[in-house]
Amino acid sequence: MKFVDEFRDATLIRQAAAEIRRLADSGRQYRLMEVCGGHTHAIYRFALKDLLPDNIELVHGPGCPVCVLPMGRVDDGLSIAGDPNVILTVFGDMMRVPGRNGTPLEHKARGADIRMVYSPLDALKLAQQNPGREVVFFAIGFETTAPSTALTLRRARALGVRNFSVFCNHVTIIPAIRAILDSPDMRVEAFIGPGHVSTVIGCRPYEFICRDYGKPLVTSGFEPLDILQSVVMILRQLQAGTSYVENQYARVVPWDGNLPALRAMAEVFELRPYFEWRGLGFISQSALKLRDSYAEWDAESRFQVPGVRVTDPKAAQCGEVLKGVLKPHQCKLFGRECTPERPVGALMVSSEGACAAYYNYALRTTAAAAV
Amino acid sequence: MPDNKRRIPFSDPQIEMAHGAGGKASRRLIEGLIAPILGGPLLESLGDAALLEIGGARLAFTADSFVVKPLRFPGGSIGDLAVNGTVNDLAVSGARPAALVVTLILESGLSSEVLEVELRAIAAAAREAGVTVVGGDTKVVEHGMADGMYITTAGIGAVDPRAVCSPRLVRPGDRILLSGPIGDHGITILLARGEIDLETDLRSDTRPVHPMVDALVARVGHGVRWMRDPTRGGVASALNELAADARVCIALFEETIPVRDQVRGACELLGLEPMHIANEGQFLAVIAPEQADAALEAVRSIPGGEAAVIIGEVREAPARTVLSVSAYGSTRVVDMLVGDPLPRIC
Repeated sequence: MKFVDEFRDATLIRQAAAEIRRLADSGRQYRLMEVCGGHTHAIYRFALKDLLPDNIELVHGPGCPVCVLPMGRVDDGLSIAGDPNVILTVFGDMMRVPGRNGTPLEHKARGADIRMVYSPLDALKLAQQNPGREVVFFAIGFETTAPSTALTLRRARALGVRNFSVFCNHVTIIPAIRAILDSPDMRVEAFIGPGHVSTVIGCRPYEFICRDYGKPLVTSGFEPLDILQSVVMILRQLQAGTSYVENQYARVVPWDGNLPALRAMAEVFELRPYFEWRGLGFISQSALKLRDSYAEWDAESRFQVPGVRVTDPKAAQCGEVLKGVLKPHQCKLFGRECTPERPVGALMVSSEGACAAYYNYALRTTAAAAV
Repeated sequence: MPDNKRRIPFSDPQIEMAHGAGGKASRRLIEGLIAPILGGPLLESLGDAALLEIGGARLAFTADSFVVKPLRFPGGSIGDLAVNGTVNDLAVSGARPAALVVTLILESGLSSEVLEVELRAIAAAAREAGVTVVGGDTKVVEHGMADGMYITTAGIGAVDPRAVCSPRLVRPGDRILLSGPIGDHGITILLARGEIDLETDLRSDTRPVHPMVDALVARVGHGVRWMRDPTRGGVASALNELAADARVCIALFEETIPVRDQVRGACELLGLEPMHIANEGQFLAVIAPEQADAALEAVRSIPGGEAAVIIGEVREAPARTVLSVSAYGSTRVVDMLVGDPLPRIC
């Protein structure tokens, strides 16, 4: 295995940090949103705030797939797992996301057959190994993970695996960014653009942000130097008064995206008319469902899915944190009722969630570090 | 545990895998339920072994159970672990391992050949560690009620008078010594399950650590303040327990912590933290600052201890916290393991 260690090189990182301090106008407050949960995690994991001047504020965006999934969808998935013949397969992140009657992990401890997988292909393999059982894959994620679900469905059809289906919760990033831009309480000057999503969709879909809203966007990698370089590029644009899409992560992100992946998605999925997001409410054309030609593998047509709407616990302010209106520690439950161990909201669960990242890595001034 | 400690409440409605993972939930279960009901003064310290005085002899006594899946993996098997795990708990408690009892819980249908292989592994590991198996017990349960076999070992040894270890002795300025690269065992087990298609030449680090501990204690004696073998929950959980018990801050220098590329790669792919991954052949020690060089030299002089390093230091504040300081000067918190990313690792 080979690592891009130069992107963690201490000298280069210090140089980038110095350049940021040089470029930042001390009389001005900067609010930059990192859209992607992977960036949120990296910012805390590498403690990059220590390297930024105080007047640059990083606002955490909606790009954490587990976090934006509303509780009703979790319950829908768990109700499928209530069928004793079903093996429900989920990504590790999902295991501790609370539904109304507990997390998948708690349902598993009570006897439901819920298993963690690392890829949808593992779920398909499980279906082949257990021909007498129904294997359902709880699909979540943005355009990053949707292609692998699409390819798995293609393979399931090609192999004629009939006891496999997908409970599809894939969402798309652009409508969420647009919802944030149109939200009245949003004041963000520029975006650190998604890295992994952009490897699939490329850079063009972001052009409206710069053109119509006048805000620069720089797609960024996930190493400390990547993120600092992206901040440098944003500050240069803000200084020059320009707004266009730049690609800091060109070593991985092709400008036009990944065409085979996009084709696979288009073959298998179509847009839902609307879909509910935690914190952002219903957003039209923001999520994917299986096309009719794949109905046989669609868990929503194979099983009774209650489709109930569940509102988040009142005291939890996940929505405000997701929109970047509140910082994680400003939520009333943070670090008290809501911890990574016993999360109330999903943002405390996923490693990409702003609350979990903040809780795990940031030094807390309050002694809320209860065991 | 020092006096006037905070009581940790246990109100979890049911037992989940995380209670066995060696992280926060395990600590809550032990301190909130098990110790208050079963504990006498001897259970108070919650070290890796109990230290007893019987008829004038100072003894260390401990037990450990093994439920690892799969039974065999690159670098070892459940039989090796069952010996080394208990022997290491004695060693880091400052005792010389002397004898073991071995309890087997076997699943009906287990192949006799598999059992024989594990018995031979136990015998070989015991020979290497210099301990004698002096007794045990065997139970068989119905097919499907155990995954092949589970092993429990209990070990006893004489406390080494040269070593006095306790969180109470840890002082700001002390150094943190680590015997070698971390995460090998946990990642090896994870990959051995075949659930992830990653090929590496990684092997478990299961081995007895007492030759290294012995050299360390012989060289710096009371300069050793505290020792622990960072098994489940990894280095992060062991040091967080120390930080809480000694009410200090542990500051780690991130770039000094040895992690093999294979472990680092698997962790990056799977979103795991190497400091949360289990080890079965490493130990951590807190050393008085003026003895740190001598301590390193002593551990490095033992075969298998060559990669020992100083990875951090004890600070006064913020108390009860483990920090990681990057080469570029940023600081983050390193918390205990939460949940159970890798169940049944030992």
